[in-house]
Amino acid sequence: MATIREIISSFRDKPGGIIEAYHAVQRECNFLPEETIPIAAEVFGLSEAQAYGVATFYSYLSVAPRGKYIIRMCESAPCHIAGADTLIKAFEDALGIKVGQTTADGKFSLELTECVGQCQGTPVITINSVPYVDLDPAQVETVLALCQ
Amino acid sequence: MIEEKRIVLRNADNIDPEDIKDYLQAGGYRGLEKARSMRTIDLIEEVKKSGLRGRGGAAFNCGLKWSFVPPNRGATFVVCNLDEGEPGTYKDRTIVQKDPQTLLEGMAICAHAINSKQGYIYCRGEYPYVVELLNRAIGQAKEAGVLGDFDIEVRMGAGAYVCGEETALIESLEGHRGEPRFKPPFPGVEGLWGQPTVVNNVETFANLPEIVLNGGEWYAAIGAPNYTGTKVLTLTGDVKNRIFIEVPTTTTLREVVFGFGGGIKDDKKFKAVQVGGTSGGFIPEHLLDTQIDADSMRSIGATLGTGAVFVMDETRDIVDIVTRIAKFFEHESCGKCNPCREGTYRAYEIMKKINQGQAVAQDIDNLTVLGRVMEKACLCGLGQAAPSPTLTTLQHFYPEYQARLRAQ
Ligand SMILES: Cc1cc2nc3c(=O)[nH]c(=O)nc-3n(C[C@H](O)[C@H](O)[C@H](O)COP(=O)(O)O)c2cc1C
Ligand code: FES
Repeated sequence: MATIREIISSFRDKPGGIIEAYHAVQRECNFLPEETIPIAAEVFGLSEAQAYGVATFYSYLSVAPRGKYIIRMCESAPCHIAGADTLIKAFEDALGIKVGQTTADGKFSLELTECVGQCQGTPVITINSVPYVDLDPAQVETVLALCQ
Repeated sequence: MIEEKRIVLRNADNIDPEDIKDYLQAGGYRGLEKARSMRTIDLIEEVKKSGLRGRGGAAFNCGLKWSFVPPNRGATFVVCNLDEGEPGTYKDRTIVQKDPQTLLEGMAICAHAINSKQGYIYCRGEYPYVVELLNRAIGQAKEAGVLGDFDIEVRMGAGAYVCGEETALIESLEGHRGEPRFKPPFPGVEGLWGQPTVVNNVETFANLPEIVLNGGEWYAAIGAPNYTGTKVLTLTGDVKNRIFIEVPTTTTLREVVFGFGGGIKDDKKFKAVQVGGTSGGFIPEHLLDTQIDADSMRSIGATLGTGAVFVMDETRDIVDIVTRIAKFFEHESCGKCNPCREGTYRAYEIMKKINQGQAVAQDIDNLTVLGRVMEKACLCGLGQAAPSPTLTTLQHFYPEYQARLRAQ
């Protein structure tokens, strides 16, 4: 596995490539471990404050550890009226965690998100960005079982 | 019954989006070939003649925007806005998933018009699978040599609605926090890395190959005179058919909801439709005979926006839905300007109060004044449009608010 420095350095020549670099780190680690920020600041010639500012502006980037499977539940208006609240509750119950938390074994994180652009099939969740549409709370166990 | 007219989606489901050979066989890249045989001012003139207006929401004339790019100012950039963050919208994803080459061809046509060698597609972080598809498509286009010396790079956003705003998008491309810039200068003069930059929406670009090939007049004859051509709409909510369609802009909302949409699910009655995404106005039944073109929509206090069509049946709770929307804006406000940062926060606070039955009439007055101030005082379109769902529902569905007020 490439080190964080190697990953970030590979974007050195891309103007404005810090966000791409952060994405690449997250593909390896699921979040941005602490050393990411000073390394990115150095590689892209920014202050640490700026590099941290970028990392914390975007909801897909996280400086806090997250699970292997990030479950995001769309709560935008179309999903809201299609029963997003009940679905969220069903996931919380099945995983024994609340939105914003990660399971103790580090396997699942539960997050809310706004529209993920699959509104033909509300309500929608994504697991590591793969969309699952027209979900029914009864399908929660089946969906979780897909994450192995 | 009015029919679909497919220009942007002409190849959808007729070709294999993973194979450029299919696209070429269907006449792909002939528009670009023709564009390259034209002088740039003639090309821009032709696009102006088509009347094509931007499909990303603001409906600005496409050819006119291109004409603002000063000649001889060094590098220029073509940027495609594939941020698609307006809830209810899935058209740009659909266009690219069905036919990625048509976007690349459209961008290359723009590149010829403004003499650009470098394009960027800013794709929202929610669509990594679209990024992969686009990278394969660009690889094939390069291999086939159709793009010439024009290069296109895909960059991925990271979950910030405001980055759909063109100057915030440029900030994000530069690797910064996605906070909007003051305008002017407009991106056409001073955009990415301070250089002239054209930012257009996916659907805008995807119209160009056919416009160039068939001529501006051909396009201008389709749809409404002031907002020509077709519009891709995405249907969601309580409508029977939650589908995407491409229709002439003379189509009415009633035709969209009850014709293409098949009416309301479970044979319930219609209550409202919100068009253009979550920042759009709510439209009641008696205004459904309005045409979808941007100007007609504006004349009823609504927007065409992205073309999202979110239908609500008679059982839906308007106050609850608007509260949810208020939370969206509170969450997505970037915090750069005060009227938006504080305004979206207070608007959500008041909406929650109303939704919980704790508000009094004065709260509604405050909400109205706050909305009017935000429309005028916010730096970018996010804050300026945020009050629209509240103000339009206060106008058309006032009794639902009134019923929620606390008895005094
Ligand atoms: C908050 C906000 C979000 C926006 N999101 C998008 C978007 O996701 N896609 C888009 O094409 N335009 C979006 N826009 C409009 C862009 O600022 C810009 O007008 C558009 O990309 C120009 O392209 P067009 O002229 O082809 O429509 C947004 C504007 C605002 C204020
Ligand atoms: S509203 Fe939930 S995916 Fe679009």
